[in-house]
Amino acid sequence: METKSKSLSFWLLTAFFVLFVLFLYSPMIAVFILSFQGPTGGMTFPLRGLSLHWFTDLFTSSRYGDLGGAFQRSILLSLLAMLVTVVVSFFAGLGFRRRFWGSGALFYLAIIALVMPGILTGLGIGTIFQTLGLRTNWLVSGLGAHLSWTLPFGLLIMFAVLNRFNGAWEEAARDAGARPVQVLGMVTLPIVFPGLIAVALFGLTLSYDEYPRSLLTVGTRNTLPIHVANLTANVTTPALYAIGTLTTFLSLIVIAGAFGTISLAARKRR
Amino acid sequence: MTKQGEILLDKVTRKFGNLTAVNAVDQVIEGGSYCCMIGPSGCGKSTLLRMIAGHEVPSSGRILIGGRDVTRVRTGERGTALMFQNYALFPHLNLTDNVAFPLKIHGLSAAERREKAREMLGRVQLSHLADRMPSQLSGGQQQRVALARALITNPQVLLLDEPLSALDEFLRLRMRVELKRLQNDLGITFIHVTHTQPEAIALADKVIVMDHGIIEQAAHPKEIYDHPHSPYVARFMGGQNVVAGQVEAVAGDSALLRGAEGGRFRLPLRAPAKQGAEMRFSVRRDKISLSPGETAGENALAGRVTNVEYQGTFVKVELATAQREEFVVYLSDRLFFARPFDFGDALVASWAPEDVCQLIGGNNSAGDALAH
Repeated sequence: METKSKSLSFWLLTAFFVLFVLFLYSPMIAVFILSFQGPTGGMTFPLRGLSLHWFTDLFTSSRYGDLGGAFQRSILLSLLAMLVTVVVSFFAGLGFRRRFWGSGALFYLAIIALVMPGILTGLGIGTIFQTLGLRTNWLVSGLGAHLSWTLPFGLLIMFAVLNRFNGAWEEAARDAGARPVQVLGMVTLPIVFPGLIAVALFGLTLSYDEYPRSLLTVGTRNTLPIHVANLTANVTTPALYAIGTLTTFLSLIVIAGAFGTISLAARKRR
Repeated sequence: MTKQGEILLDKVTRKFGNLTAVNAVDQVIEGGSYCCMIGPSGCGKSTLLRMIAGHEVPSSGRILIGGRDVTRVRTGERGTALMFQNYALFPHLNLTDNVAFPLKIHGLSAAERREKAREMLGRVQLSHLADRMPSQLSGGQQQRVALARALITNPQVLLLDEPLSALDEFLRLRMRVELKRLQNDLGITFIHVTHTQPEAIALADKVIVMDHGIIEQAAHPKEIYDHPHSPYVARFMGGQNVVAGQVEAVAGDSALLRGAEGGRFRLPLRAPAKQGAEMRFSVRRDKISLSPGETAGENALAGRVTNVEYQGTFVKVELATAQREEFVVYLSDRLFFARPFDFGDALVASWAPEDVCQLIGGNNSAGDALAH
């Protein structure tokens, strides 16, 4: 019977793990709790009563600027970035399965955007637009800046997904007489579908909270992260926390939706 | 006259850059026969199979199936079906839909194709698992599903790429029997790629031995075993020793050879021989007798025992002789244990001239011996 007291390493690792979890979740939990601060409360503990005051304040007061517009733009932008990321990563991943002339160079060119400081990428895009006499706009330069961030991630995820993909599946489909479009739609796509959901999730969230690349590329109309960052400069109420709670819930809903889609696809296979 | 399922290979060549994987192969595979292609990895057998299936296009040459030139016909429309080495079952479809997949491509309605697929699953004794996913099956079951999926379109030719290599020994022997029976029942052409000699010999009506992209010999397994074309075939198919000597005299259709160690070998000729030329012949390992001694007479080699392996029904005795090649004798267990030998014993191995076969092809197979 092994009932001896646990070893030192066990306790050290446990302590490390607890610290990690605290570090990860305590800020989120603090923000969550403080967003329900009473009308007279401030941005720090203690709570002065519990209320939904700061949530209603967000929607009724005018001191938060165009918060709704920023939110709408961010949602639309992240959905677009997600869509492009999924489509491009999927086909690029399939293309990269075969070695072609310059494939190595192309891969590193795509990945280098991950290493570049985001603020520099944004600055570069802004400068080029100015040089060309174009106006930066969240749907054009903004989308481009976001894609420079989401595409490499999507591509890397696709590599991992396709690593476990057996090319013989496609050959078996061709052997049965399937044309290229049928192979893609009836074999390749359904098999890598869960991986594409992961790519979509990454594309969506990376774009939704993207700040440094957006700062100098979205033009005159801000996205949500920039708008919130600006608010922190002059708003000093728990309304900021209310924004945090709302967007966190939105993220949770999106993640639940993604998992739901994956398990639904899995059930269809049964 | 071309029969259904007959395959004609006409100077079929496949190059990958500088490498010639298949080199001007000519061959006729009779319709309704069981053909095994065998050779070491990289010999071109899989490439040849994939060209017949249409997954590779020949660099030059023609492929005819049932008299129709299919060299450039799309895979799936040439009357062939390929069973993949690791089965390649679709992981996202259950067994019924896996087997029904080719029918779906051919535009059958869902109800119709599922019914046919269930019927086919019944043929391979898997009806009870029709709704399972491939990942829930054992290797042997997966193999039968792959077989069902390949057969559902009633192909003229079934191509099998090392179909038994992923199975354990017990299952392999059982599936071997099932494959042979299935081929008998269906009467269609089977082309089976393997690197296991007993598999080829047990199954095939015709064995095609390949090396370096060419066919070394293509014949009935008994012919290959009794009359190997070249030293390579004799060595690769096993069960034979290859002995070398110099032609000392030719008399009618027999020759007298002189071995490097001075021994004399007499053998019937099946191809002309020149005096003074080097010649090799094969000796069946199970047709050699051993007796104690130091000096060998005619049709014999002297050597020392370097290894003895008991194999159940026979005993494998390995000798080191003056020949620069391994020399193995299979003795029946009764004969061996009546007078056992031990490591280091000096023995004389002798054989009858009618149990040897002159090897016509060159010693190193490198495209010099095309057998038809």
